Parts: sequence; C-alpha cells; structure tokens
Amino acid sequence: MEANDAKQFIVANLNDELFGIEIKFIDNIIVMQNITRVPKSQSYFKGVINLRGEIIPVMSLGQRLGNATLDYTPKTRIIIVRPEPQAAPLGLIVDGVKEVITIEAEAIEKMSFSEKDVNGNFTLGVGKYQEDLINLVNIPAVIFEKEIKN
Amino acid sequence: MDVSQYLEIFIEETKEHLQSLNEHLLILEREPENEGTINEIFRAAHSMKGMSGTMGYKRMQHLTHDMENVFSEIRTGKLKAGSELVDILFKGLDALETYLENIQTDSTEGENDNEDIINALNNYLNVGLGKAPVQATQADKSVQATAVVDTDHGKMKFKDMKLEEHEKKAIVKAGMLGLNVIGLTVFIQEYCVLKGARAFMVNRSLEEMGEIIKLNPSAQDLEDEKYDLDYSAFIITKETPDSLAKAASNVSEVKEVVADYIKLSDVDVANYTAALNQSEGTSSQANQTKEANSLKNSNTPAAKPTSKPIANRSVRVDIDKLDVLMNLVSELIIAKNGLISISSNSNIMLENGFHEQIEYLERVTTNIHESVMKTRMVPIESVVNRFPRMIRDLSKSLNKEMELFMTGEETELDRTVIDEIGDPLMHLLRNAADHGLESNADRMQKGKNSVGSIYLDAYQDGNNVVIEVRDDGGGINTEKIKNKAIEKGTITQEQAMGMTDKDIIDILFQPSFSTAETVTDVSGRGVGLDVVKTKIEALGGEIEAKTRLGEGSNFIIRLPLTLAIVQALMVIIGEEKYALPLGSIQTVEDIQITDIKTISGKEVINLRGTVVPIVRLRSVLKCVEPDSEPQELTVVIVKKGDRLAGMVVDELLGQQEIVIKSIGKYIKNHKIISGATILGNGEVALILDVNSLI
Repeated sequence: MEANDAKQFIVANLNDELFGIEIKFIDNIIVMQNITRVPKSQSYFKGVINLRGEIIPVMSLGQRLGNATLDYTPKTRIIIVRPEPQAAPLGLIVDGVKEVITIEAEAIEKMSFSEKDVNGNFTLGVGKYQEDLINLVNIPAVIFEKEIKN
Repeated sequence: MDVSQYLEIFIEETKEHLQSLNEHLLILEREPENEGTINEIFRAAHSMKGMSGTMGYKRMQHLTHDMENVFSEIRTGKLKAGSELVDILFKGLDALETYLENIQTDSTEGENDNEDIINALNNYLNVGLGKAPVQATQADKSVQATAVVDTDHGKMKFKDMKLEEHEKKAIVKAGMLGLNVIGLTVFIQEYCVLKGARAFMVNRSLEEMGEIIKLNPSAQDLEDEKYDLDYSAFIITKETPDSLAKAASNVSEVKEVVADYIKLSDVDVANYTAALNQSEGTSSQANQTKEANSLKNSNTPAAKPTSKPIANRSVRVDIDKLDVLMNLVSELIIAKNGLISISSNSNIMLENGFHEQIEYLERVTTNIHESVMKTRMVPIESVVNRFPRMIRDLSKSLNKEMELFMTGEETELDRTVIDEIGDPLMHLLRNAADHGLESNADRMQKGKNSVGSIYLDAYQDGNNVVIEVRDDGGGINTEKIKNKAIEKGTITQEQAMGMTDKDIIDILFQPSFSTAETVTDVSGRGVGLDVVKTKIEALGGEIEAKTRLGEGSNFIIRLPLTLAIVQALMVIIGEEKYALPLGSIQTVEDIQITDIKTISGKEVINLRGTVVPIVRLRSVLKCVEPDSEPQELTVVIVKKGDRLAGMVVDELLGQQEIVIKSIGKYIKNHKIISGATILGNGEVALILDVNSLI
C-alpha cells in the first residue's frame, strides 16, 4: 500500500451522521460566532461573520445537504474551508467536530446515485473507518452551485 | 544591456507619447499651420523612436523613424498635413499601439512589420517633396545660411543648431533692440553625476544675464539628463560672449564653455526686418500681441528649468502599494471605531481626557484616509482623451459629420474606477454617434446644424462624480419601445398603461430587451446598454437616461467619489443593524402613521408638496416584525436622480465612517445588499443600496 493513496479527513457530525471533509480544504475551525443574517440569500446561507477583519459567508452544511441540523449548541463549530487554494474562504456550520482520521483509498466505497439526485453529487464516497461509516463530502460541489437542469 | 527593468517606464511613457501624438494630430488636421503642435508631435515621435531603439524594438523604431521623417518635413514646411496624410499617420499610431500591446503582454513587439504603412509614408514623402522641389531647396539654403558658417565648428556645436521661424524673428528683433544674440556650448565634466541639475544651474546663471531662446537638447531633456556631456543654447543678452562663458564656467563640474555671436544670413535679416517693420508700422494690436507671443514662445524653453521643482514632484506608485496602504487605513478606522464604541459604553475613562484623544485620533484617521484617497485619484482625462480620435474615426466610417465637445476632463476619480469606466463611456459615445445622431441630410431637413454634436461633460456633485454623455440627435422614441416591449413580452399591456416615459426608457437597460437585434430597428438604441448599466453598478454608480424626441438624449452616470470608505447612517431595522450610505440620503423625517396614504396599491406620503413613495424596509428584508406598530415612523428620504423615496427604518443610530467589504461571491445576495462592514464591536452590519429599491 502506498502512502499516496491515503487521505486525511476531519470528521464532523450533523445529528448522528458522520461527515468527512478532506483536510486540504480546511483553513481553520472556529467556535460559533455571531452571524449576521443576509436577507434574500440562498436559504442554507446563514449569513456572514467577521473573522479577524475579514467578512466570511457561512452556510449550514446540514441544510445544504438536505438534513436539518439541531440548534446551535456549545459543540457547534464553523469549519472554514477554501474550495480551491486561491479561492475566498467560506464557513460550514456543523454540529460538532470529532477527530482527524486517515482513510486508505481502498477503504473508500464509491456510491452510485441516480443522475436526477442533485445531492448525489455532494458525496465523494463512503469511508469505512473502524466501526463507522463516514460520508465524505465533495467540498467544491457543495460550495459552487450547479445550475439544476430541468 | 539588460533593459527589462526599464520596460515598465518604457510602456508608460510610450503610452503618454502615443496619446500626445493622437491629440496633436487631431489638432494638426484642423490647423495644419500650428507650429506648436508640429513641434510637439515631432518631439513625441522623436523620443519614442529613441526609446524603442534603446529597448531593442526594431520594428517599432523603424516605423517611428519613418513617421518622424514625415513630421520633420511637415515641420520644415515642405509637406502639408492633409487629411490623407493624417489618415496614414493615424494608421501608424494604431500600429504602434499594437506593438505596445504586444510588448505589454509578452514583452516582444510581435512579427508585423507594417510594411504597408511604412511604404505609404515613404510614398507620401516622395510625392509631397517632388511636388514642391523649389520650396524645399529654398528652405535648405536658408538653413545652411544660418547655421553653416564654418565647415568645422569644432567645439562650437551651437553653430549646428537649426533655428525655427519664430526664433529667427526673435533674433532679428533682438538685433533691432541693440541686444546681442550669443550662442554657446557647455561641456560638463565626465564624472558629473547630476547632469540635469548642473544644466539647470548653468541655465539659471545664464538667465540672470539674458534670455535663453533656444536649448539643444530641449530644457526637458536636459532636466531628464537626456544628453551626453554637452549642450548648446542661444541667448539674447546685453553681455558679451566672454562674460557669459565666464558666468557659466563658474558652476562647478562645468568643464568648458565656448560662446560666440550669432548672426543670421543677410537674406533672413532683411526678410524678418521687413516683416517686423511692417507689423510695427501698422501697429495693430493683434500683431503686437502676436509678436509678444512669439517672443514669449521662444522663452518657454528657458522658463521651463525654473519650474523644475514642480514638474518633479510626482512619483509613480504601483497601485498595489496604495491598496496595501488603503487597507491599513481601513484597519485603523475599524480600530478607531472600536475605541469609540468602548468609550461610549464605559464611564471610567471619561475623566482622563480619553474622549479628547479619541476625537483627535478620529480627526487624524479621517485626514489620513482623505490623503490616501487623494493619491489614488486620477483625472478622468486619462480615459477621455482617446475619445476625440474615436469620434473622428466613427465620423469617417459612419459618413456622418459630428463633433465631440468635452468639459471637465480634470475631474478626478479613483484609479480603479478610471480603469473600468472607459468601456461604458466608449459604448455610450458609439451609441450616440451611430444611433443617436441622424444623418447629415436628415439634420438639414429638420433645420438642425448639419454637423451633429456629442457632448461629454464630467463634474463633481457632492460626493458623486457625474459624467453626462449627450447628443443633439433624434432622441429616443418611447412609444416604439413600449410597443416593442409589449410585443416581446417584457411588459404587459396593463403595465405599459401605467408606465411613465422614464419607466419605458429604463426598459432599455434590461438585458432581455437590449440584447435583441430588433431594438436597433425600433429606436436605434439599447444595444448593450444593460452591459453598461451592470458595469457602472459594479462600480457603485448608477446610470439614467433622459431624452426628448427630436432634440437628443442624455445619459447620466453617477459614480461615488471613493469606493472603500464612506460615511453612512447606521440604522436598526427589525433587530438588525444596517448601514445606509450618506451619499444618497436627502433628509430624515418623522411621519405620523396617519399621514401615509395609499395610491394604486402603493404607500406614499406627502412630503412638503411632493408625493414620495415609501418602502417598508422591514418587509423587504424580511426582518422580525414587532408586536405593535408605533404611531410615528422614522423615514429616511433618499434620492436617485430626481426621484425620491422614503425608507422606513425602526431606529437611527447615527452617522459613522464605514469600511466597505465585499460579502463574497458565494452568497447570491439581492442587489439591495451592496456589501458589509465591520462595526467597532466586531459585529458585521450589511450595507444597503437603497437606490436599487427606487
């Protein structure tokens, strides 16, 4: 097994479901902030925050992926990600952050979704780690909105 | 030699020279005899040739060289600058611009030799000279007679200098007044470091003794150290050559000065004396002033060195560096706002003069902000100066006679705006030329001046800069637009009934409407106007159109003076804080709830005789509604163009300087939110563009 095939993920949870976000996208993880609501934006965008003088939009990962989140708790975190190395940062609200794990490529199972399933695109595959199954999030797809073809 | 480090300067300066050539060629076309213009053209072409040669751009050098030949013949009067020649020269300029663009992208000039232009130039040169051989030889003779006294001048290099018409006149005039005309050549020590400064000092000491009428190289070149180790001058003075040479030699690092009297050929003296006598004989006011001017003109090179400190007081700064500075100022203002909010919340600090210090800090930060903003301001001239040329070309290609009148070129705008505003303006001007103005014949028929006029006016209006593009053409036919819009389904029949002319013109700016080809047939307007609008709104500005059928149209662009930091009114709507930029706010009114009337489903108030529609920001922004509606509403009256609207807010917090930050591209926000700002306590408040609601 080559080391190249292994990827590191940060495991976050939404309700009881586990999500993995590849570490190369992640800038920072911060505790919940005061979010300023932006009226008339996409519903899953909760608003903007001030992170050390920078205005950063924040979205609810739960709402984006289609499963509602709990209320904000002391465990709620905002994961600051950049979909591309040079792109502007953006925050994802998750119910909590658990740990950093390494998943080998062969432990990732591709999932097949029907083409009509818009949310299918959001998943890279399912990672098997110890006893858990982890939904590996396709960060660029989550952030860059695709035109939904009718 | 490695010249890459000079590339940027080369590009900048070549741009300036090209621009100057463009402008002066336009003048030359109108006034072929304008000597100042010809000299200016020649100077620009000459420096461009030198620069491109130094940088190793052979094709560019070749083309400029041939153009310079033509200019030089025009200068000596052997060629006339006819429209045909100017056309070729303009083509040459375009080719040079292409070279420059190539250089800018990959620092090579490209492969195009532009043989056709070079050939056309040379042909013209040959034909032009062939036609006037007699004149040419005469001119040659006179030059020889004046300058070539000795075959070997040795150190008296000034004897090689050619004299201009007005300079000869000045010399003859000086002779009549009993003054000496002395030529001298100054040699500077090889090890001299500041040649420009030395030349300046020599000239100053010479000026104490007389008037310098000519310098070779020019005063500007001397100042810029664009000369080897010697330069020559002609001086009108009472002194002798020896005393001048002595005075000049007193300046340190001057190696040697040679001087001698300058005599014109007898033919010249006779000619000019006659001319001068004649003008004095008639003693008409005009002639005298002309004489005075010609003397004055010849003095300008001499006057230039004294103005050196002013000319040298500007520095080219990379815009990125200014951006960094600007960001730092923004941070400073945020920090200051933080201090203010702390001080207003706690009473402990009060006795220590804390407030005075804060106020002092506020004054300083505001001043720094203003100065930084000013350094970023560029006169709009740098954008609009290419338009006369464009209109000239359009006039030819559309076969319509038209003239462009520009005012307010000195109006300043932020550099980033300047860079972006060119295309929209060009678009509007093209529209005006192509569709706005009627054909010359139609204009005659309507009893208008057959030559169409396009106006470009820029001026400052409060916190905005206004740019108007006007034409005196046919105007926009609103009826036709209305019908077309209904036909296309942009609006319904019912909507059309209630629309004012203004609303209809606004349709032109809608993308769905304006990109349609058919619009051109309807009104001749609207092609790409949505693009113009988008661009201007991206710059934080707005555009509106006014038109009178048969009399012309007027497109008015309003741009904010500054982009990054603005004064804003902080308000509370629902439970959230929002910032309203002060620029568009007229007044703030308290309105009794009973004063709100409903007209055709819209809420309006009667504000001192004007009916003003009101907008409930709370419902627009979907804010939390309070349990009970208060009896009195706070209404912020905003103005867009000449339309007013009232924005209902819940509470006023006061005026504050805010730093505008973008909220990024991820959020597809409504147009009403133009950005966000960070408040003193670290909270984020959104900035509302209330204009988008009017």
